[in-house]
Amino acid sequence: MSLELLVEAVVSGILLGGFYAAVSLGLSVAFGLLDVPHIAHPTLLVVGAYATYALAQLGIDPIAAGFMLMPAFFVIGVGLYRFYHALFERRGGDIALRGLAFFFGIAFIIEVVLILVFGVDQRLVEAAYIGSSVQLAGLQMPSRMLIAFALAGLLTLLLSTYLSRTFTGRAIKAVAQDQTALALMGADPVRIKQSAFGIATATCAIAGALLIIVGPVEPGMGRLYIGGTFCVAVLAGLGSMKGTLLAGLILGITESLVLTSLGTSWAPAVSFGLLLVVLAIRPSGLFGR
Amino acid sequence: MRNWSRFLIGATLSVLLALGLTRFVGNEYFFFATYVVLQFIVLATAWNILGGYGGYVNFGASAFFAVGAYCAVALTQSYALALPLQILAAALVTGLLGFAVGALTLRLRGIYFSIATVAVAVICETVIMNWSFVGGARGTTVLQPAAPAFFSSYTRLLFFVMALLALLAVAFARFVETSWIGRGLRAIRDNEEAAESVGVPTLKLKLFAATASGALMGAAGAPFALYMNFIEPTSAFSLNYSVSALAMPLIGGSANWLGPVIGAILLAGTQQIVTVTISSELNVLIVGLLLVVFVVAAPHGILGLWHKLVARGGQRP
Amino acid sequence: MKFARTFTALRMAVAASVVLGIIAGSAHAQEKKPVRVGFSIAQTGPLSGAGKSGLLALQIWRDDVNGRGGLLGRPVELIVYDDQSNAATVPGIYSKLLDVDKVDLLIGPYSSNLTAPVMPMVKQRNLLLIGNFALDANARLRHDKYFSSLPSASADQWAAPFFDLAKQLQGKAVALLAADAEFAQTLAGGARNEAKKRGMQLVYDQTYPPATVDFSSMLRALRVKQPDAIFVAGYPSDSAAIVRAVKEIGVGDSVKLFGGGMVGLQNAPVMQSLGSTLNGVVNYHTWVPEKSLEFPGVSSFLARYQARAKDANVDALGYYLPPFNYAIGQMLEQAVTATKSLDHKLLAKYLHDNAINTIVGTVRFNEMGEWSQSRMIYIQFRALADKNLDQFRGPGKQVVVAPAAHKTGDIVPFAAARK
Repeated sequence: MSLELLVEAVVSGILLGGFYAAVSLGLSVAFGLLDVPHIAHPTLLVVGAYATYALAQLGIDPIAAGFMLMPAFFVIGVGLYRFYHALFERRGGDIALRGLAFFFGIAFIIEVVLILVFGVDQRLVEAAYIGSSVQLAGLQMPSRMLIAFALAGLLTLLLSTYLSRTFTGRAIKAVAQDQTALALMGADPVRIKQSAFGIATATCAIAGALLIIVGPVEPGMGRLYIGGTFCVAVLAGLGSMKGTLLAGLILGITESLVLTSLGTSWAPAVSFGLLLVVLAIRPSGLFGR
Repeated sequence: MRNWSRFLIGATLSVLLALGLTRFVGNEYFFFATYVVLQFIVLATAWNILGGYGGYVNFGASAFFAVGAYCAVALTQSYALALPLQILAAALVTGLLGFAVGALTLRLRGIYFSIATVAVAVICETVIMNWSFVGGARGTTVLQPAAPAFFSSYTRLLFFVMALLALLAVAFARFVETSWIGRGLRAIRDNEEAAESVGVPTLKLKLFAATASGALMGAAGAPFALYMNFIEPTSAFSLNYSVSALAMPLIGGSANWLGPVIGAILLAGTQQIVTVTISSELNVLIVGLLLVVFVVAAPHGILGLWHKLVARGGQRP
Repeated sequence: MKFARTFTALRMAVAASVVLGIIAGSAHAQEKKPVRVGFSIAQTGPLSGAGKSGLLALQIWRDDVNGRGGLLGRPVELIVYDDQSNAATVPGIYSKLLDVDKVDLLIGPYSSNLTAPVMPMVKQRNLLLIGNFALDANARLRHDKYFSSLPSASADQWAAPFFDLAKQLQGKAVALLAADAEFAQTLAGGARNEAKKRGMQLVYDQTYPPATVDFSSMLRALRVKQPDAIFVAGYPSDSAAIVRAVKEIGVGDSVKLFGGGMVGLQNAPVMQSLGSTLNGVVNYHTWVPEKSLEFPGVSSFLARYQARAKDANVDALGYYLPPFNYAIGQMLEQAVTATKSLDHKLLAKYLHDNAINTIVGTVRFNEMGEWSQSRMIYIQFRALADKNLDQFRGPGKQVVVAPAAHKTGDIVPFAAARK
């Protein structure tokens, strides 16, 4: 591999890693901070992608559509969390396993709804930045991947600032560590978790828009992203936003390097092997608590 | 002991019943459909040994199933081994894989362990995809041999073999559950540190449960290629197996050996029926609804619901 | 005990389906017992896009044939199940079709991997099977009652016209890019053989994981090898991603021919969204609205298909699978009508001995049940605009460049065709 190829592979990997981080950030909040086994997260990304598609059919720019969808997704997230809380968290018992099965069920139901509404064919969107490229210090990079990276960076920055600077944000982080202490301070853990889950779901609107900007979507696509998104969230160390970005970058660069090499078919094994190695050395992820 | 003798009588009767069915049921479709249900009984029961009793959620059941299936294929391709030996070899290899996964529990708990099993599944699938000897991504045809004398078709034989495997798995799970091993595993599930401190050999028990669970899941997969006359990675590594393996014990009730059996019959039976009746996107919907309704309405599975009803009934005058 | 329980559940299911059958059938109570045509076709999962459009085509055939008075004076009834794009469901479904539904005629499931489990079954029971776009499905078993609806007998034959084009453009160095999945790998095997036969050199030969998102790294590594021709074997998502990546970062000036076996570039939503990005790409196809492919009946079929496509939520154009699925119905219809029989032996003999007239042309089968004359075409996308689905409905946009028998235009080198 020549030096030029290597540099290009790393830069491509960084952009790809941004995309991986963007689709995993919501999971880092829902699963990493709130301990909700949100296996329907990738399916909600696909919902975000289809919603973007629907708005794009009306002539709205896909990125704008992603931002416009955020409030609606926030509400969906709040609703989903209230449902989950009433049925599981309040009742206690073996939440992790039953929650997993519950969200699997939800994912399957959403998938069917998508099939019934949009059909099973692949859907794509068009925009000026899809199918064009930008010269970046002599390297030619696809604009859509640059956008994915930029949005991932923006989301990470917003989320980590929100979590460390605002009262609710700090309460969300506190709720992950000690619910009782938080309740004693007069904050209602359920309300806080509910808004955190809403935020997590709202990121699915943007990430979903990125999904359809980057490539075609189909209703069953969520299943493909279960492994990838959980891999990023766990590799990051649960609940760390900057960790999520870095974990995404590590996976993106690794994949890009393998794809540049002459053994491209081994890419999934290399990425997930890396995850296993990291877990074996640092069981709580790279930036775990 | 009396319980065991009742179980043994039941088991013997079941074997005779299965054998009788292969003789007296005329409709071939019955065997195709029940084979799948039985296969899920083995898979769910096997999963429950580590997941239900020990509380370690294996999310890569499909890997064990598929590695078992491919192990049998590889051995048939190279040595033309007989079916029982194929199953044994598959169980051996997936038992080792289970042991390795069990070793992961040394450091990983809860969801970290589950994600690690996903990683194991992806790696296994990639290896198979790149292994041209067993067909790689293209798959390979594995023709059923002629049916042995007693059975009028090879599918009937496979049905009978899977029935035996199901019995074996259930008997083994029942043994684990009722012995000190089960008590130890439950202690680990409830509080691993506490169990460790009162002298439960946690690591040994976890390794044992992971190995046994893996071996049985591999055994469930071993006849898969012969059932299909064909094998390819996409269907062998289907997410369906991973989801079902954990959903079935959950629906039936994961505390008792009967739970996975009930869950498998209910879920796999429904899937079989739906596949040839409604047969549209609604079958995905039905699985989704079943999952949601059962985990919501029956937190301890059907068995838990049953016990609650019986207990309530008993209180009435 | 558990077996008894399963059995009861099954018996109930069978009883329920019988009851349903009676209710459904009561409308035709006065009529004769229908001729049952059974098959599975994906309605969910990755194959369902094509599967749904194929099912609509067969339903149109059923309506047409029933409008003509049915087969042998009996109405035709389709018994269809969803195999969920999963080969593991296929053995059970086909046993149900044969042993419970007792279908008179059998069509294979859509695609090669799902057909593989059916082949031993029909061979053992000595039944007629029309394969539904299964590539080389009869190679191992050589069943004398198998017939294919796919207009290509093997992966080699499928890939061959592309390499003839490469030869015509003086191509010597070939790059091969294939998804790590069944069809793509089979086709890539054919491409390797055909390149070798023509003395071409494989300068890049890589397999990528099907879920790959970004292909720029692969294209850069490939570009360094300066190939004359690039053959891609992929599925809809990755095909679209590769075509986009080619536009974004380019493949270098050496490339005279780009395309090959990309599934998905025949689908209306994908073509519409890619628009001008497709210009110059040379890809396989089965049917396009060009003069040389105007077989009798095909345009009236497509008009009826397109009228129903919106309600059925399927591919709006229907150029790829639908005409060939309608043709499956026609194959069965012609054989049954001519032999006045549902006897599989007679039907198979008729199909072997006679030319079959379908809306995708006249078909003759060889001893393996494959088309004796390959009819896989390669088209070059030309002068496409963005965001316009209707441009694909007329000639001149998807020009047939190979094989010679159906050619409607000469190949234009990749770079020139993209201007």
